[in-house]
Amino acid sequence: MSGGSFLRDRLAPVGSILLVILIAWYIAAYALNAPFQRDFDRRTDVTRTGAEFLLATMSQPKPTMPAPHQVAENLWTNTLTVKPWSKRSLVYHSWITLSATLLGFAMGTALGVAIAIGIVHVPALDRSLLPWIITSQTIPILAVAPMIIVLLSAVGVTGLLPKALISTYLSFFPVAVGMVKGLRSPDVLHLDLMRTYSASKMQLLWKLRIPASVPFFFTSMKVAIAASLIGAIVGELPTGAVAGIGSKLLAGSYYSQTIDIFAALIAGSIVAILLVSLVGILGRLVNARMGARQA
Amino acid sequence: MSALRPNWQALAALVATLYSLTALPFTAGMSAPYSLAVAAILIAGACLSMLRLPSGVEALVLMVASFAAAALLIAGLAEATGTATAGYFASLTAAWLLAWRLVTVLSGDGRSKGQGFGLVSITVPVLFGIWVLILWECIVRGAGIPFVLLPPPSAIGVRIGNSLPILAADFRQTVLKAVLFGYVVGSLSGFLVAILADRFRFFANGLLPIGNMVSALPMIGIAPIMVIWFGFDWQSKAAVVVVMTFFPMLVNTLAGLAASGDMERDLMRTYGASHWQVLMKLRLQAAMPFIFNALKINSTLALIGAIVAEFFGTPVVGMGFRISTEVGRMNLDMVWAEIALAAVVGSLFYGALALLERTVTFWHPSYRR
Repeated sequence: MSGGSFLRDRLAPVGSILLVILIAWYIAAYALNAPFQRDFDRRTDVTRTGAEFLLATMSQPKPTMPAPHQVAENLWTNTLTVKPWSKRSLVYHSWITLSATLLGFAMGTALGVAIAIGIVHVPALDRSLLPWIITSQTIPILAVAPMIIVLLSAVGVTGLLPKALISTYLSFFPVAVGMVKGLRSPDVLHLDLMRTYSASKMQLLWKLRIPASVPFFFTSMKVAIAASLIGAIVGELPTGAVAGIGSKLLAGSYYSQTIDIFAALIAGSIVAILLVSLVGILGRLVNARMGARQA
Repeated sequence: MSALRPNWQALAALVATLYSLTALPFTAGMSAPYSLAVAAILIAGACLSMLRLPSGVEALVLMVASFAAAALLIAGLAEATGTATAGYFASLTAAWLLAWRLVTVLSGDGRSKGQGFGLVSITVPVLFGIWVLILWECIVRGAGIPFVLLPPPSAIGVRIGNSLPILAADFRQTVLKAVLFGYVVGSLSGFLVAILADRFRFFANGLLPIGNMVSALPMIGIAPIMVIWFGFDWQSKAAVVVVMTFFPMLVNTLAGLAASGDMERDLMRTYGASHWQVLMKLRLQAAMPFIFNALKINSTLALIGAIVAEFFGTPVVGMGFRISTEVGRMNLDMVWAEIALAAVVGSLFYGALALLERTVTFWHPSYRR
């Protein structure tokens, strides 16, 4: 972004595309809701003018496609007008999902770093484990999520941990792969220098490899935290709709409450954006503090 | 130079085998001589591997010893599920340690890195996979873990063999209809929008941050909406897949189109090349690694999207449907059979893409020898 202004290169294009999306959303809402409304009016013998009809398509209780303002209104009432700890509040549901996400993310990151350190140091692990880690990600693991949840609840493990385990599985992979790259990123020159200092393997790890891997660490954590949120949401689907964004989605789909589904989706998206930007900002701060290049 | 070359895996295997002798016989189905035979194989293997043998011979000895012991241990479980003693697990550990030694020998102790690419690079992960299955089988059946909790791989294999028609129907419904259609449409439209957006700088500047953001969102959540819109059949699943695969392709193609260097672009300009010529002959070629990256990401996303979307409502066929209903009926072997199917499909999909990438982007540094 050298030379260009923020307004011209970022705000104007992003803003106008968002505006186009908003307009397209309204048009889609009209187009998708109109058939039902026409049918409904014919059966109840109501005749409306064009403008009235347009308004009616935008204010159905269970629209096929809710209009943006309906979703915004639902978000507003369910976050700001109810108490945050009540079961109706999206803040409460987001918090349930967020806690599972963060626990799973922490475990996944720890596991990923541990695996990466093992792979870098043990050649047998490098040869045998790495191909399987990559294969494990081609398996649609989310499909197994309900089974893991049901199994763990059969053993007596319920609540936060089963969801967090799915998040762990999804988030360890980017961290492991990124960290293997990062731990191997120091130059041969630097490694040789450490050897002339007669540094032990531990010293090599702590003083050279880990500092060199920090930019890679934060880049992969950004991917991992997004994956971990998806894991937590899908993990909530089979728990019988108790709490969390995933259960909101499921309940919404049972009762065709499209407005609720959209509101839950947007709540989830806000959580995702907050988490990813938080990791991004943290990464930029740490990288700047350590004088590292961006990976 | 002595004739001995001790290694910790073999030493640990010896200790474990000696310990296992304190708990004979290993299972109710294994007589004491049978158990001793297993121990003898393990001790012989461990001792031989500590001699200074050529690595090929050592690998052969280790492979025979570890797999013979494992085969005997599995055979010893017949009609003796859940009766394994501590000795059984100790000798299982010993066999596994010998296998670890085998992998270490094959990896060449890290000295010959980058060499022996072909056969070894396949053998080692395959050995690892086989041992995961062996340990799974022995631990589940030896310790008598209930079937509803975790079925042994042999039972899953039998189930796969018995229900091939069901698996084939699910495969047709989920993969051939929903995944393939959604994947092709989603990736293609992402690609085309990126090409169009690239023509107009303003458009690309706006789409890139939005696409990046959307890629991080839990898009899987649109599944219930798509089911409401497009009905229970495969069309709704394909729609989920289209939306999930669109943005990664868009973002990666846009990034890839910016990947060619200024020098090359200037060169094209001196040739008087038009926008489309530069695009076709230079920038798309340079973007190929990025595009394949997106195709690979999308292959996983497409399968996940289709399967998870089936949790929200589906006709009575499909992989996601089967998983969610069989979990409810506690038919865990069927669930695992579906997972195995999904894993094979996912891996083949990914492998085919990787192969294609190798032939298309043969010039990329990561494939140079």
